[in-house]
Amino acid sequence: MQEPETRHPPAHAAWRWALIGLVVAAFAAAFGYVGGWLAPGRLTPKRVIDAIQANGGEYPGYRRNHAKGICVTGRFESSGALAAYSTAPLFAPGDTPVVGRLAIPGGNPYAADSSIPIRSFALRFDLADGEQWRTGMNAMPVFPVSTAKAFYELQVATHPDPATGKPDPAKPKAFFAAHPETAAFLAWIKTAKPSASYVTETYESINAFYLRDAAGQRHAVRWKAVPEQPPAGDGGPAAGDPDYLAADLAKRLGEGPLRWHLRMVFAADGDPVDDATKVWPDDRQTVDAGTIVIDHMEAQADGPCRDVNYDPTILPRGIEVSNDPLLVARSAAYADSYLRRTSEEGHLPGTASPKENHP
Amino acid sequence: MSRADTFHPFARVLHWLMALAVLSMLFVGAGMVTSVEARHAWLLAIHKPLGITIFVLALIRLGFRLTHPAPPLPADMPEWQKLAAHASHWLLYGLMIAMPLIGWGMLSAGNYPVTLGAGLRLPPILPSDAALFAWLREAHRYLAWLFFLTFLAHMGAALMHGLIRRDGVLQSMTGGKRSA
Repeated sequence: MQEPETRHPPAHAAWRWALIGLVVAAFAAAFGYVGGWLAPGRLTPKRVIDAIQANGGEYPGYRRNHAKGICVTGRFESSGALAAYSTAPLFAPGDTPVVGRLAIPGGNPYAADSSIPIRSFALRFDLADGEQWRTGMNAMPVFPVSTAKAFYELQVATHPDPATGKPDPAKPKAFFAAHPETAAFLAWIKTAKPSASYVTETYESINAFYLRDAAGQRHAVRWKAVPEQPPAGDGGPAAGDPDYLAADLAKRLGEGPLRWHLRMVFAADGDPVDDATKVWPDDRQTVDAGTIVIDHMEAQADGPCRDVNYDPTILPRGIEVSNDPLLVARSAAYADSYLRRTSEEGHLPGTASPKENHP
Repeated sequence: MSRADTFHPFARVLHWLMALAVLSMLFVGAGMVTSVEARHAWLLAIHKPLGITIFVLALIRLGFRLTHPAPPLPADMPEWQKLAAHASHWLLYGLMIAMPLIGWGMLSAGNYPVTLGAGLRLPPILPSDAALFAWLREAHRYLAWLFFLTFLAHMGAALMHGLIRRDGVLQSMTGGKRSA
């Protein structure tokens, strides 16, 4: 290296420079493709959340979906009955603290509780060994679609026309006609009524998962939280109160803790494990894993559920994701929503500030 | 076996192993955050353990580099190129160490369990804090871009040394015979 005078200018220098440029450009192009900048047709988490946000409106600091909700806390009292099917430590007899959230779907945190006949219940189980189980359940038997792409197209088809504030009815009609898998959901929602209470609803995982037992055997399951509270017989919600669910919850918690049984439903051979649009027959083997006891509620603005991303793929050992494509899509899209709202909360440059006085 | 004009064989093995790991990591990261398909899950399952592997290797490499100096750059290299070479090398070291720590810290601040697969889980290194999560998550993104651009410059410069200047700098890392 100390003898530069022995070096000669290389032959074909222009071609050599071109080769270097080509190699660098090839790496840059490959990265651009993988990162989506050179693949504009790809459905990314950002596009999914943009579509939801376009329908629900912009509410900085809030979740992009299920924006209106209440934090609840309590514990899971395991019966021990599921321990034979899953090595997850929370299924051994004993208690596990939970941080939950009761909510309604949609991106508008000011929506009236009667605006949609679906309620949701998300839970984070904090296991003693530091593991977590997060689940987001909905009070409905099936999901309208089975893939992220169809979900995105459904958002686009139901996008409100800026002129009328309502979707063009021809678009959802065309979407549902092109997606026969939506039939079970459409049949259900036709008769579904907005419940007067969060606490009388049965919440379903809808997506399937696997339990893994101590012998390494896996069992396909769906789960549901079945209320101990009897169906509401105390009249409908107060007329004109758009927030009757919160008022009902406060009243009921004032009378004592609320309970749901966590029931694991086991698939039989042939039951679809990767398709959330299909119900499983009612007669499937069910194990009562224990009781979810909720004894406290807090407004979400500063409650313990506010900064929780209820990503359903965050699971302890002993519970595993299935091949249901919606699970991965939920995980990817929730992460994007979570970054948006935490960026707004943290006042990162270029983000809108959350409004004070959250509902 | 180590000559004054080539890197120590251990440094060379580490360099090429980490080149492969870091480049894979950048593509895995870019691919997983832009997909809602099944690959999002398996890329994420690679990303976390590979990141920790890079972190450990980077610390070993930094220790080795500090005790085993690199061969000198050619005397006839313009000063600005020498400066750029040194600055980009230390930037690459900094990113190899900082990126895994930011990823780990970001998951800690988001109160996510830091799982590496096979039942392995790391303890949180930061308190649960949503705003801190957002800052770290964005830092992870922008520093990944900086990492990739620095890699392009590093590779382009290495090829320039090997194909245009033919001054033995590329061979000091490939271990091949000098062409001059």
